[in-house]
Amino acid sequence: MSSNDSISKTLIVAFSLCIVCSIIVSAAAVILQPAQEANKSLDRKRNILAAAGMLDDSKSVDELFAQISTRVVDLRTGKFTEDVSADSYDQRKAAKDPSASDALPAAEDLAKVARREHYAVVYLVESAGGDIEKIILPIHGYGLWSTLYGFIALESDGNTVAGLGFYEHAETPGLGGEVDNPRWKGTWPGKQVYRDGEVEIGLIKGSVDPASADAAWQVDGLAGATLTARGVTNLVQFWLGKNGFEPFLNNLQSGEA
Amino acid sequence: METVKETLLGPIFKNNPIALQILGVCSALAVTSSLQVTLVMCVALTTVTAFSNFFVSAIRKHIPGSIRIIVQMVIIASLVIVVDQFLKAYAYAISKQLSVFVGLIITNCIVMGRAEAFAMKNPPIPSFIDGVGNGLGYSVVLITVAVVRELFGAGKLMGFEILPLVTDGGWYIPNGLLLLPPSAFFLIGLFIWGLRSFQKEQVEEPDFTIAKHTPVREGV
Repeated sequence: MSSNDSISKTLIVAFSLCIVCSIIVSAAAVILQPAQEANKSLDRKRNILAAAGMLDDSKSVDELFAQISTRVVDLRTGKFTEDVSADSYDQRKAAKDPSASDALPAAEDLAKVARREHYAVVYLVESAGGDIEKIILPIHGYGLWSTLYGFIALESDGNTVAGLGFYEHAETPGLGGEVDNPRWKGTWPGKQVYRDGEVEIGLIKGSVDPASADAAWQVDGLAGATLTARGVTNLVQFWLGKNGFEPFLNNLQSGEA
Repeated sequence: METVKETLLGPIFKNNPIALQILGVCSALAVTSSLQVTLVMCVALTTVTAFSNFFVSAIRKHIPGSIRIIVQMVIIASLVIVVDQFLKAYAYAISKQLSVFVGLIITNCIVMGRAEAFAMKNPPIPSFIDGVGNGLGYSVVLITVAVVRELFGAGKLMGFEILPLVTDGGWYIPNGLLLLPPSAFFLIGLFIWGLRSFQKEQVEEPDFTIAKHTPVREGV
């Protein structure tokens, strides 16, 4: 065994092992990537449906998703646009691209997203007659450790919350990670977003007192996760505010979208 | 073939990695709140232990003593990443629930412990069997704990309702403590107690004996 401990043998073993292992690991990552991507998109659709409270175990996700129409909104004008295709548009990439997004002044950048993309993909749940039943909007913003990505669903009045869910985040499991808790998510539906034209909805510390006059605009806080809770409040307020979807929601109500 | 049988079945009760060697307890606390997640974790850990034992053993005569732990870690870490990628591709929902714990198999003492204690000194095939055996030993404890936790904590098994909950109009009031990690500590403790009542040779010599009580004397 003594020859094994020579410097040259040590280096040879270390290098060849590293090369073999890295080939195996990268091969696995590359070969399995298509299946992982498919899972991600299925998961995304499932989250869109879950945010709208439309998930139904008896039907497949694709079947349910057929009721939803995907549209692109120009956030600068608050109107639907056909300039980009919803299928090929990558909102996350656009948010980093200076030619496809605008820098936000620090004072207005509640959600700490730094840049706001020109276009956003929204999902509309329409009845058989073509009336909009629910509006599902993508939201994202910074929590404590990570950017949270999710959806908020509004009823057709553009003011009542129908649901909320995050599909990607890296907050502390058990604390900030409780944004995934179904019971907490269940406190969102029915809450009001706007009061006298201003975004009012937000998380509070502790539980909401149902008798309070403000209860309709308040959501229970997350115990032990003050910063994540603040992040969620900020990102919801940002995306439903004037830099987010407020102009679009107003246009939609007045039929000018 | 007696030795093969012993290598495979020994770790299940006689030399259980969790109950006797007290290894790998942290993941046993974390992933046992639902049976389905536990089963996936057990399969993942058994696979990693078996193959890491196999590969470490295959190159054991060429591993320089000075970097042997690092070599073992590289092999284990690569296997864990491959397993993690497979889970993401074929069991996405469960891999999301297991999140960080698949990655933490790398630091699971059972994998490292078996590579160092068994695979470095034995040929590949017995090492592989030893890995499977220890994985099974780990699985036995985890599955026992998970069945108790999910059944009495949530009234379900594998997500199917067994005991109808009061909140859903049934009669069973779930024990919330069982869904929290500390409950696994109590259950593993009870498991070890039960095991050692049957297999007395596993009972450890006490480090010290409690002195006999002496009558109270008044201070002088």
